[in-house]
Amino acid sequence: MLSVLTDNWELFVDGFWTTLRLFLIAGVLSLALGTVLAAFRVSPVPALRAIGTGYVNTLRNTPLTLVFAFLVFGAPKMEISLPTFFWSAVVALTVYTSAFVCEIVRSGVNTVPPGQAEAARSVGMTFMQVLGIVVLPQAFRAIVPPLTSVMIALLKNTTIAAGFSVAEAGAIPAVMAERGENQVATLVWITVGFLILIIPLVFLQRWAERRTAVA
Amino acid sequence: MSDSGTLTKTDLVALTGVNKHFGELHVLKDINLSIAKGEVVVVIGPSGSGKSTLCRAINRLEPIDEGTITLDGQPLPSEGKALAKLRADVGMVFQSFNLFAHKTILQNVTLGPCKVRKTDPKVAEQRAMELLERVGVANQAAKFPAQLSGGQQQRVAIARALAMDPKVILFDEPTSALDPEMIQEVLEVMIDLAKQGMTMVVVTHEMGFARTAANRVVFMADGEIVEQASPEEFFTNPTSRRAQDFLGKILKH
Repeated sequence: MLSVLTDNWELFVDGFWTTLRLFLIAGVLSLALGTVLAAFRVSPVPALRAIGTGYVNTLRNTPLTLVFAFLVFGAPKMEISLPTFFWSAVVALTVYTSAFVCEIVRSGVNTVPPGQAEAARSVGMTFMQVLGIVVLPQAFRAIVPPLTSVMIALLKNTTIAAGFSVAEAGAIPAVMAERGENQVATLVWITVGFLILIIPLVFLQRWAERRTAVA
Repeated sequence: MSDSGTLTKTDLVALTGVNKHFGELHVLKDINLSIAKGEVVVVIGPSGSGKSTLCRAINRLEPIDEGTITLDGQPLPSEGKALAKLRADVGMVFQSFNLFAHKTILQNVTLGPCKVRKTDPKVAEQRAMELLERVGVANQAAKFPAQLSGGQQQRVAIARALAMDPKVILFDEPTSALDPEMIQEVLEVMIDLAKQGMTMVVVTHEMGFARTAANRVVFMADGEIVEQASPEEFFTNPTSRRAQDFLGKILKH
């Protein structure tokens, strides 16, 4: 059992390293894009609200494999070329995940009593200040648990990239099959790898919940 | 009735032909009202008469459908940075206090000056402590709003409004959410402000405050300004039928 891992150590390390990079880059980008989209959806400008709603309804309802397919096969035909398959995967994961992040941030904003925003507007804060200084910090507490779930889902969704020529952890079984290694042991070790990556997220969630528990 | 519809040089706030609907409901009907610098105007009337909406329209927390509202001669901008800038000059005290729940009492007072006026934090803090002293809650500066009583929170809210050096402060039923024993401490702070010449628009059910501190009482019913007069005149000799009914109901007990 252990030899399955030790004999193919490099394959596992390379695969999970790519998974980790996909996750971290797409994670940070989708948090940023998702927050911007949420700001669009709660903004006083109708056009921005429409863009936010349209984006979420389109991307959230498209299967992730299709988003990948569009970027890997469709985008080059429209003369949009991304440097590598890796970056196509980052973009696919980001545009997909940010739709979910947007809705979570927006639901968090809705947990903050409207009086908080009214008071902030009354002292003369701009829309961005109201959101950044008063509303989002208070929304954060409600956002942490569902956001952790979406980040865990993102981490696991990275395995779809294997189907589009990115050698991440999800691509390990195919290589192992070629090498004639035990498939069950391979899958067990991949599961262990994902658990190791997910555990820090769970601790991060606990820490964030404790930090925001006051007041 | 005074000729409040005409705009004079000393008018700080002027509403002309203001109309607003909530769907089918016509909540503000042809409102003409002007408030002079240093004047304390108390708005009273039965619930649902539109008095809170009127108060909130002055800093555009409620947009209006028709008419104009000017502040210090400038019409209210519709959105964006210009509106934010104008709101900085209009203090607002809410029924439910609305202190920033994630900030300390001191931060609640310094946040506006620091973020909006770009005041130096040290200067803003010093001024905030003076204001908290003035409203009698300086010893609570390090606490969070939820740790204070309603009366204390509302006094902090007044200090927060004062920290922006506003031209006028709007009070939207400032004592309606308070336990009876805390109403007086808030009213005292407001009476103090009135004496010092602050321009105030106060929506309230506190007739005692209207008698002691108001320069003018505006009586609203069904979205209209029915009657306005000095407090003595209004309370002793209301001219309209609806004002007589209203006063009959609230002064009986």
